[in-house]
Amino acid sequence: MNRPAPLLSVNNLEVVYHHTVQVLKGLSIEVPEGSIVALLGSNGAGKTTTLKAISGLLPLENGAIEAGAVLYRGQSLAGLLPHQIARRGLFQVREGRHIFDELTVEENLDCATYARRGRGGPAEDFGRVYRWFPRLKERRKQLGGYLSGGEQQMLAIGRALVARPDLMLLDEPSLGLSPLLVEEIFGIVRAINREEGTTILLVEQNAHMALEVASHAYIMENGKVVLDGPVEQLKRDRDVQEFYLGRRGGEAKSYRDVKHYKRRKRWLS
Amino acid sequence: MDELLQFLVSGVVTGGIYALIAIGFVVVYKSTGVINFATGELMMLGAFFAWTAMAVAHLPFAAALLVAAAGAAAVGALVERVVLRPMLGQRPISIIMVTIGLSSVFKGIAQVVWGGEYRSFPTIFPRRPVELGPVVLPSRQAWPFLIAVAAIVLLAALFRFTRTGTAMRATANDQATAFGMGIDIRRVFSLSWVLASVTAALAGVVVGIIGGISPQLGAVGLRIFPVVILGGLDSIGGALVGGIVMGVLENLAGGYLDPLFPGTGVKEVAPFVALVLILMARPWGLFGTREIERL
Repeated sequence: MNRPAPLLSVNNLEVVYHHTVQVLKGLSIEVPEGSIVALLGSNGAGKTTTLKAISGLLPLENGAIEAGAVLYRGQSLAGLLPHQIARRGLFQVREGRHIFDELTVEENLDCATYARRGRGGPAEDFGRVYRWFPRLKERRKQLGGYLSGGEQQMLAIGRALVARPDLMLLDEPSLGLSPLLVEEIFGIVRAINREEGTTILLVEQNAHMALEVASHAYIMENGKVVLDGPVEQLKRDRDVQEFYLGRRGGEAKSYRDVKHYKRRKRWLS
Repeated sequence: MDELLQFLVSGVVTGGIYALIAIGFVVVYKSTGVINFATGELMMLGAFFAWTAMAVAHLPFAAALLVAAAGAAAVGALVERVVLRPMLGQRPISIIMVTIGLSSVFKGIAQVVWGGEYRSFPTIFPRRPVELGPVVLPSRQAWPFLIAVAAIVLLAALFRFTRTGTAMRATANDQATAFGMGIDIRRVFSLSWVLASVTAALAGVVVGIIGGISPQLGAVGLRIFPVVILGGLDSIGGALVGGIVMGVLENLAGGYLDPLFPGTGVKEVAPFVALVLILMARPWGLFGTREIERL
């Protein structure tokens, strides 16, 4: 095997909250440089926890890595604080957008310049962000709290663009957005990956969209990866079609299938 | 009518000084969530630093202000690093008790270093009272008021227009997200304490010029609780308005009610009565965030 070392690799990660609740149970994923990798799974599978373990936000919520390692460019991130990780080029766009609602759009972008490591002056004009998201330019003097949900998501991704990360962790960008906006956001995510060369680890519940933009996907359940592979292969997988894409060979679904679903789920994990 | 105007203007002057003290308090609360009961004692230390610089080292007033600011900044940074950072994540009540303890420690240190007697600043400003139309202000109130206003304007500009100010507001707004943006929030905490201590020191000098200094000067610090609670603990604009309202109330009560109830100190009590009434209607203060603070 002569593959290049992945930009990010997570090895047998175990995460425990409050010393008692184990959320990740030996999770392993790899994100090659330049790719978009999707992390799929149902509620509570541990997707967001995985991202927090990578970006260093875990201790803020009483979570701790008990075993395993997160390697970024081959180096362990253990012991680094979130701002140090961000400054190494690993930037998380958190679920729920987390816009600074008391700051203007421009000030929100300004904050992300703290993550930049000497590339470009701090007095950047944010023109790049406004080219991707023209709507933000119109609103640049408005408070973040007054933006619509879609605009807030754009601003959240805009902040990540300002940080110029090598690896962007994108948590549920489609959450609470209209189908049209979801299309738009995913189009931009794909373009950012292609044109700026940003590697993206994408966490999504919208498996349809995620499998459209990603090249490789992991499917998580109960804190572990249960299935992974190139998206073309996963899209053909019967279980993925049934449980994540909601298709089942033309047959209508009914509640009677729930039992079957449970059985299959158990088999999967 | 002139009398009313006089009370109002003196009220605004007192209020401006309250506002300055309150802003230092709000800065720490907003960014670190700590209620700093040692604010008054930081003022007292600042006043003593400036007094020492002037009366002992014979420095000019401007230099004394710098000495007070620098000394207070050092104390603030030290307190944050040595006492409060290890307490991060502890229950708010424990941290509050620590700041109360700190206030006693500071008082004790001042007692040892400067002794307990009353001192006053050498004459700094021209003695001629400042006249604003029909209103006359004693010079030792007018000039300190200007210092307070300048300090408030400077602080506001710092928060509004500098990158560091933006980072501080971001941290106050959403700590975890600011952390993830690459902002070193430990530095922000430390800076908040430094700023709050410098603010307190300037306020201490101002109060010391008006009323003299002793280790008990910090008692004025307690006056700002009605101010910050009125304005809302987490609102800088609220601290400003709260300070002015309290100052004016105090002076109006002193002017009109004190003669009616001689010897009862209505002036001292009036702000607290107003506080109770306002909080009954708006428990989160005039400008505060509407949420319940559990202690």
